[in-house]
Amino acid sequence: MHVLTIARLTVLEASRRKLLLALALLTLVVIVLTSWGFSRLPTMKGVTSAEVRVAASQLTILVAFMFSGVLALGSTLVAAPSIASDIESGIALAILPRPIRRSEVLMGKWLGLAVLIALYAALSGVLEMIGIRWATGYLPPNPTAALSFVAAEGIVLMTLALLLSTRLAPMTGGVIALVLFFVGWIGGIALAIGQTFANDTIINIGVGSRLLIPTDGLWHGAIFYLEPSDFLAAAQAAGRARAGNPFFADAALPLPYLLWIAAWILIVLVLANWSFARRDL
Amino acid sequence: MQQPSTDRKLNPIEAADAASLAVHTQDLAKRYGKTVALSGLTMSVRRAEVFGFLGPNGAGKTTAVKLLVGLARPTAGEAWVLGTPVGDLRTRRRLGYLPELFRYQGWMKASEVLGLHCELAGLPRSAWKAEIAGALETVGLRERADDRVEGFSKGMQQRLGLGVALLGRPELVLLDEPTSALDPVGRHDVREIIRQLKDRGTAVFLNSHLLSEVEQVCDRLAVVDRGRVIATGTMSQILGQDGAVRLRVTGLPPAGRASLRAFGNLEDEGEWLTFRGLSPDRVPELVSEIVNQGGRVYAVEPRHETLEDRFLQLLKEQDV
Repeated sequence: MHVLTIARLTVLEASRRKLLLALALLTLVVIVLTSWGFSRLPTMKGVTSAEVRVAASQLTILVAFMFSGVLALGSTLVAAPSIASDIESGIALAILPRPIRRSEVLMGKWLGLAVLIALYAALSGVLEMIGIRWATGYLPPNPTAALSFVAAEGIVLMTLALLLSTRLAPMTGGVIALVLFFVGWIGGIALAIGQTFANDTIINIGVGSRLLIPTDGLWHGAIFYLEPSDFLAAAQAAGRARAGNPFFADAALPLPYLLWIAAWILIVLVLANWSFARRDL
Repeated sequence: MQQPSTDRKLNPIEAADAASLAVHTQDLAKRYGKTVALSGLTMSVRRAEVFGFLGPNGAGKTTAVKLLVGLARPTAGEAWVLGTPVGDLRTRRRLGYLPELFRYQGWMKASEVLGLHCELAGLPRSAWKAEIAGALETVGLRERADDRVEGFSKGMQQRLGLGVALLGRPELVLLDEPTSALDPVGRHDVREIIRQLKDRGTAVFLNSHLLSEVEQVCDRLAVVDRGRVIATGTMSQILGQDGAVRLRVTGLPPAGRASLRAFGNLEDEGEWLTFRGLSPDRVPELVSEIVNQGGRVYAVEPRHETLEDRFLQLLKEQDV
C-alpha cells in the first residue's frame, strides 16, 4: 500500500528536518508561560472564584485561537511545498516512474500531514488543558470536541494548500492559502456583524465565505465547546450585542454544515488528484 | 495516472512486433502550449540491446524519455514499453530510470533511498538487503551507505541514481544523460555498468549528447533533431557503409573536378578532395579518372568518418 509508504515518509521527513522538535520545544515554552499566566488569576486581589472562572474560560478561548492560528499557518507552510517542491527539486522525477499512482503519492502526503496536524492538536491541546486545570481548576466543557475542530481547521487549510501545490510554486500556493484563510476569518466577522444588525446582504457574504473557506466556521465550532454553559446562557441572554464578538459562538455547528465540510475536503482532494494526475513533469 | 492511449493505430501484426520490443513509438508527439517538444517520433529499441538516443540540446530527448516512463502524456501518437502501452503500472516494475535533473531526499541516507525504491518497485522485503548492497557496490558507494544524501556531490548523486535504476534487475533501463556530472573515472564506470547490463540481457536506452559515450557502448542509435528522428540504425549504418576517401590532387581542370562529382558527394578543398559515399571498390576507377582528366595524384587516404562528423553532417542536412 504505497499511500502508507508515502505517509510514513512525510512524517519521517518532518521529524528528520527537526520540524517536530522545533514545534515541540516552542509549544512547551508557550504552555509553560500561559499556565504560569493562568496561575496568576486566582492570586489577584478582590477576585471571586466565579470571576476567575469567567476570565479563565475567555483566556482559554484566546489561547486556543493562538494554537489554531499556529496550526493553520504551520499546515499551510508545510503543505504548500509538499508536491510543488518535489517537482521543482526533481524528487518527483525519481519517485513517479515507479509503479505508484500519483493519487497514492498525493493521498500519502495528505494522510501524513493530517496525522501530524492531529497529533500536534491533541498533544499541545491536552498539555495546555492540564496546565490551565492546574493553574485555575477550570476545564472547558468539552475540550476533546474543541480540539477536534481546531485540528479539522488545520486539515482543511492543509488540503487547500495541497491542491494549490499540485500546480503552483510553493511560495505562491502558500500565500494564496493564507490569504484565503484570513479572508475566511474576515468573512466570519462579517457574518457576525450582519447577524447583529440583521443585514441580509452582509449575512449572505459571511455565509458564502464560510461555505467556500470553512476554517472560520470550524473555529467557531471549537469556541462553542470551550464556553461554559452558564457563560453561554448569560451571553445569549445579553442579546445580539454579544453576537458581534468573533470569539463567541452561541450554538454548535449544525450537522448539514459539518457534512458540507466533509464534502468540501473530499471535493478539494478529488480536484487535487485530478490536477496532479494531469500535470506534465 | 497516465492512461494508455486508446487511439490504437497499430494493426495486429504491428502490435505483436511492438510487444516483442523493449520500446516502440509510433508518431509520438508532445507539445507544451505552442512549443513543439517532440514531433512524430517513430523508433524501436530491441530487447537486450544498448540503444543510443543522440541529439543536440533541445532536440526532445528528455521529453521522449519522460513520455516513455509516464512523467508526461503524449499529445499524439503512441508508445509501447516492454510490450505494454506507456504508463502501465505493472510494466513499471520492470523499468529502471535515471532522470537527467533530479535529486533525492537530502535528509535520507543513501541506503534508505535505495530501500524506499525497493519498496516502491514492489520488490520482496527479503530481497532488499541484497539489492541495496549490490547497487551500492556496483556504483561504488558502499562506503557512503549510511551518509545522508544532502552531503553528496552531484557526481555521487548521479552514481546513487544509477544504483536506484539498477534495483530489481529491470528488463529496460532508461538513462538520461547518465554521465553529465561524472569525472572520467565515473564515465568509465558507467560504460562498464552499461556493458554488464547488456550482458545480462537488459535493454538500455541511453539518452546522451556525448558522442564518444554513444559511440563506445551503443549497438544501435537514433539521431534526433527538433523532435524528429533524422537517422537510425547501427553505428556502421549511421556512419555510412561506403565511408569516404580523401585524395591530394594537383593539375585537375575545373571541368574535370565537376565530372568527378559522379563518384560521390565531393568536398573540394583545393588540393584535397574528399568523396563521401564512395564504395572502396570504385577507388581505383576514381584515381584512373583523375589521371585521365590530367590530374596528378599524390595521396589516397581512406577516411573513417567519426560519429561527430556524421552527426554534424546530419544536423547540417536538416538545416538545408
